[in-house]
Amino acid sequence: MSMYDVVREWAPRVADAPLRAFMEAATPDDVARVLRKERLSPHDLLTLLSPAAATRLEDMALRARELTVRHFGRTIQLFTPLYLSNHCTNQCRYCGFNARNHIPRQRLTDEEIVAEGRAIAATGLRHLLLLTGDARHVSGPQYIAHAARLLAPLFPSLSVEVYSLTDEEYALLVDAGIDGMTMFQETYNAALYPELHPAGPKRDYHFRLDAPERAARAGMRSVGLGALLGLDDWRRDAFFTALHGYWLQRRYPYVDASFSVPRLRPHAGAFQPAHTVSDHDLVQVILAYRIFMPSAGITVSSRERAGLRDNLIPLGVTRMSAGVSTAVGGHAVREQNGHAARKDVEGQGDGGGATPQFEISDPRSADEMAAAIAARGYQPVYKDWESVLDGGYGCGIACAARRTPSSELAGNFTPAAPSATA
Amino acid sequence: MTHDTHDNDTLVIGGTALTSRLFIGTGKYGTDSLIPDVAGASGSQVITVALRRVDLANPRSNVLAHIPSHMRLLPNTSGARTAEEAVRIARLAQAAGCGNWIKIEVISDSRFLLPDGYATARATETLAKEGFVVLPYMNPDLYVARDLVNAGAAAVMPLGAPIGTNRGLRTAEMIGVLIEEIDLPVIVDAGIGKPSQACEAMEMGAAACLVNTAIATAGNPVAMARAFGEAVRAGRAAYLSGAGPVAAATADGANASSPLTGFLGE
Amino acid sequence: MTIRVNGQQMECETGTTLLQLLERMALRPEAVVVERNRAIVKSGEYGATRLDQGDELELLHFVGGG
Repeated sequence: MSMYDVVREWAPRVADAPLRAFMEAATPDDVARVLRKERLSPHDLLTLLSPAAATRLEDMALRARELTVRHFGRTIQLFTPLYLSNHCTNQCRYCGFNARNHIPRQRLTDEEIVAEGRAIAATGLRHLLLLTGDARHVSGPQYIAHAARLLAPLFPSLSVEVYSLTDEEYALLVDAGIDGMTMFQETYNAALYPELHPAGPKRDYHFRLDAPERAARAGMRSVGLGALLGLDDWRRDAFFTALHGYWLQRRYPYVDASFSVPRLRPHAGAFQPAHTVSDHDLVQVILAYRIFMPSAGITVSSRERAGLRDNLIPLGVTRMSAGVSTAVGGHAVREQNGHAARKDVEGQGDGGGATPQFEISDPRSADEMAAAIAARGYQPVYKDWESVLDGGYGCGIACAARRTPSSELAGNFTPAAPSATA
Repeated sequence: MTHDTHDNDTLVIGGTALTSRLFIGTGKYGTDSLIPDVAGASGSQVITVALRRVDLANPRSNVLAHIPSHMRLLPNTSGARTAEEAVRIARLAQAAGCGNWIKIEVISDSRFLLPDGYATARATETLAKEGFVVLPYMNPDLYVARDLVNAGAAAVMPLGAPIGTNRGLRTAEMIGVLIEEIDLPVIVDAGIGKPSQACEAMEMGAAACLVNTAIATAGNPVAMARAFGEAVRAGRAAYLSGAGPVAAATADGANASSPLTGFLGE
Repeated sequence: MTIRVNGQQMECETGTTLLQLLERMALRPEAVVVERNRAIVKSGEYGATRLDQGDELELLHFVGGG
């Protein structure tokens, strides 16, 4: 049984009509009942995503804060992305790296990778997220692993957010010292997915959906999930994202599952989201994720503006990006030219940098983010985790992975709870 | 998208649907002739028995003669100190024509009588592969429980307190973890001394309770069996009904002076 | 010939069957399960099982247990 089977089982139950019926039937009393529960069922998760829950956001926020402080303390971990390459063979309709966009394509050389790494390390950041476009002939798994080995001396924790890999390729990355992966399914709606991804390897919904599981099997310590909110009904995609994390965590108990909440913002000339996701909606999704999975990390990226990000700090968020550039080579460029040269920041000039994947809304540096986090009474964490033994953790995970066979026996997922048979 | 209701609430183990969630034992009775009345009063459908060498000098009557024919027999492997002995006893029990259910019990510490999780998992794996419906008795340890799941167990049976102590749900927190994490029926075995404790286990979401000593050693075992049957039903009904409001301790500024989501209205 | 039954030495005539032994001991065949030299004897085969010198038998039955 894979996540694919879980989606297939649930998709008819949260198709438009039954989902609307459930959402209309949910009451504020139902929400209050869910907030008192220790263990939440998938139905409870849906209740937290309902319009009724939207009228109880403050109650949800109090519960979410309590759970977050209990599991994480008052801390926010900082990280930054490093774009290795923007070569891409996909045509995701919402993405700036879309193969049909005529933008300069670039892949960092060894020297450029090290220069980017040094520029980032100089800001104090120690958690790095490596990104590439989907172009195996340019930025293949070997290239990513090679980049990780170049960067490992500077960063105790390296994660990747790249195209879907095979079991063997994830194992290759784990061997290279990469301990985390993020994979956005974009939308869990299998009918909508091919419309948004008209060409390229990413068109394979199923292969992408099961990528987090392959990564977990290969020994990735941390696995991040997310739907690009706004592509489909955000309630349905948020529901499946949380279900995905829950399922993965139960099947691979050694994995730290986490969620990201990227959302599409409407703006001129670009892809327009089919479903608008307001700040209010975004907060509801974050709170629902937290209350459904109290131990899961939640990441808010610099897609969101500074003021909103600051307000989200006490609501369940555990990770935030800082000093962000979504352009290839953006960090070293900034070091040379100063802040004003950044093209990837909304409303800023056209100076010198490469094309960004998306426009960011919070241009704050690591220092500025740390100060904002501290001002809210939280501690900014630059280095949250480091392997105790060189290569030791991977071995431990591999041992744990061996104890969890991929047969049906492990993590049989029973959607309805409380279950009538158990 | 309806929630489960109390109707048709059955516990399915090894393909068998049970309507009673109380398992009873046959040990420690003053006289085995009480067993039919105890079984009837409890409403139980599953009853445990043990396998022993015949005492050649004094062959006693067979306990099976006292067990109502509709009940599912659950032989245990008591007396086994190793996985191999447990496997051997299980095969003998099956050969005796008592079906293919087996409660694995591997105990090599005769002072505390606590089960050996590693040996239990090994015996479970062997027997599940042979087609047994394996219900292992265990400490409520998450890792052992996962090993048992992987070994093919049909349920896990964590102890509430050391066997025969009647001390209640001393391990409630850990049993709660198993109920949350393990996708198999969690049957609380050992330690339950009073009906209220069985009820509490069921309210927590246990799939069933196994009660032997508390019934067998009661002043009136038949009346106590009835009380346990009612307690288990009440606890199960409460679990399915969803807990009502409990006045929560105000946590971490639960009455914040400035609302956490106030910024959304700005 | 000499056999061992539940750890005790016992004499019986050559050619005795398992069923005959159980009857001699006043045990009902359907109430016991028998292990002969570590191998389980199926209940339908007691009459056809001829005991040999040195056989080790375990006779077990169900008793109360939790």
